[in-house]
This record gives sequence, structure tokens and C-alpha cells, in this order.
Amino acid sequence: MTRLVLLGLLACASIGVAAEIPPQDRRSGFEFMSPQTQAMQSEETSNPGMLWVADGERLWSEPQAPAGKSCASCHAEATKSMGGVAARYPAFDEETKRPIDLMGRINQCRAKRQGAASLTYQSDELLALTAYVANQSHGMPITPPADSRLEPFRENGRAWFERRLGQLQLSCAACHDDRWGARLGGSVIPQGHPTGYPLYRLEWQNMGSLQRRLRGCLVGVRAQPFDFGAPEYVDIELFLMERARGLTMETPAVRP
Amino acid sequence: MTRALVNVPKTAKRGEIIEIRAMIQHVMETGYREGPNGVTLPRNIIKRFVCKYGAEEIFSAELFPAIAANPYMAFSTVATESGTLTFEWTDDKGATQSASAEITVT
Repeated sequence: MTRLVLLGLLACASIGVAAEIPPQDRRSGFEFMSPQTQAMQSEETSNPGMLWVADGERLWSEPQAPAGKSCASCHAEATKSMGGVAARYPAFDEETKRPIDLMGRINQCRAKRQGAASLTYQSDELLALTAYVANQSHGMPITPPADSRLEPFRENGRAWFERRLGQLQLSCAACHDDRWGARLGGSVIPQGHPTGYPLYRLEWQNMGSLQRRLRGCLVGVRAQPFDFGAPEYVDIELFLMERARGLTMETPAVRP
Repeated sequence: MTRALVNVPKTAKRGEIIEIRAMIQHVMETGYREGPNGVTLPRNIIKRFVCKYGAEEIFSAELFPAIAANPYMAFSTVATESGTLTFEWTDDKGATQSASAEITVT
């Protein structure tokens, strides 16, 4: 009995140590995909995410009741004003004294400046607007801001990343730091870098946010997922973006 | 509004084979799935896709429930004359979405 317990402890200890991926080995999920799926993403005319980007372009200059303002009324042309923005989000929000992600910022802008109703996280409109804004950073390196106020939240994100959760008692790190490149069932385990969100996932047959992806993983380890818009997701994203520093933005990416 | 993206080369030489790509935003609901309340979601798929080069139909397709959401089609034709290519998708609800693109043939 003691021997069994000891063995169990040893096993826990050996898989409990999550080794961080050295910076030179960090690779986008793109490199783990089949050539066909890669071609689908790379070619603008076959990337289904471009349907949402095109929709976002229309919404960008569409005035919203009651203020009658569009995004373009303040930010002018997104092609000029939004370049590189998505590559440095989440950012610190002065008002709530917390980090805010791009989707949260768009909703905040709608509520405060446009006086419009906020959009739900899986609505086509919010995905389209976010995809359009993030697409302006396509090809740029991820550069999280050097803002010391973000540090405690990033550390919280790291703690969630390394925390074992759910009935399966797996952490994000247990797969995406320790076992990337190996297989889970038929699929290759990628490193889990948020380089192309919102992205088109073939499994979803739809566009989805990073929060939807994180929910999928939480359900996968049989944990209770946070609600959409929960601050934990933003903290995790903050950590993931730091972890993916220097990788190239791909929005809208395609993933299997 | 449903969105469609079509890709046709802007210019081509007469007799040249050109590739045409067309993609449309559509749920392609199979009619076999259940919604969150257990009620079967009614089928809603694109039934027919037609592409015309000027007045002539150059490509058409019938689509079925096994085809993925946001269907993408690529096909080729021979550039014969300058004109307009029109694309038309018709779904189960009878809604028709169209798109067009110009080509200049030299």
C-alpha cells in the first residue's frame, strides 16, 4: 500500500514539472497542420475566415443607433489605425483597472461611445469586427506591451495554465508544454499559441474566439468552463500572448 | 446578410484557361441534428449553385447535406470575351444570393 502511494507520488512529481518551451522552439499551430489545411489558410480566396473579415469591414463603417457613430467615425480607416493593435492585446484598461481583450474593448467602445447594445461573444458581428481589426495585424510579430500593471494578471494566467483541472486532472501545460508534437487520438498536440484568433475551425464549421477554444479544452479535461467574458480567460490570454511573443499574427487562421 | 466571396482574374488572354473560385457563408444545416432543446433543426442547405459567363451557363452544381458549411467551389473555364461572370446560390428557404465579377479579355 505504501509502495503504491509512493509510486503515485513519484508519477505525480514526474509529470508535475512542466518545462517551458525554449523561445527558439516556439512554433505556431500552423506548422502542425496538413499541407491542405495550410493552403486553405494561406490563400485568401479559400480561407473561410475572410468571409467574416469582409463582414467586419462592412460593420466598421456602419453607423450604430442611437449615437449614429460607426467605428470609422473615430478610428477612420482601420487599415491605417488598427495595424499592430491585435498583436499587443490584451491591454490594461484604465476604467476597470484590469486587462481587457480585443473583443471586450470592441464591446466597451460600442457601449460607451456608440451607445449601442454589446454583442455576445459568439455573435457573428463581434467575431467579424474582431477578425477585421485583428486582420490588420496579419504578418506582424506578437509584441505584448511592457506594462507593469499587467504583471499580476499575467501571473494569474500562468497559474491557471499550470493548474491541474477537471476529472482528468490535466493542466494546459501538461499537454501544450510537455507533450506538444505528440498525438492525442488522431490529432497532433500543438503548442497552444493564440496567433490567429478569431479563427475558422473546421471542427466547428464556424468562426470562433480564443475563449471558445479555451472552453473546449476545459470541457475536454472535464472541468467546469468559465462563462464567456470571464476575467480568467483574459488573464490566460495575457499569459499566452507573452508565451507567444515574436510569433506572427495569422488572423484569420484556419485550424482543423 | 449572407456574404459571398468570388475570385476571378481581372484580365486574361483569349483562349486562356482561368480558375474561378466562389465561397459563400452558409450554415448548411443538414436536417439531422438536434438543437439544444432536443428538437430537430430543419434542413437548410444550398441546393444549387450556378455560374454564368455573360448569358451562358458555364458551371452548375447540386449540393447535398454532407457538404460542409460555407461551401467553397473552384473550377475553370476558357476566357472567350470580356464580360461579367454572375454567381447564384439558392438554398432550401428559396433565398437566392448572387455575386458578380468582371473580366477583361485581350
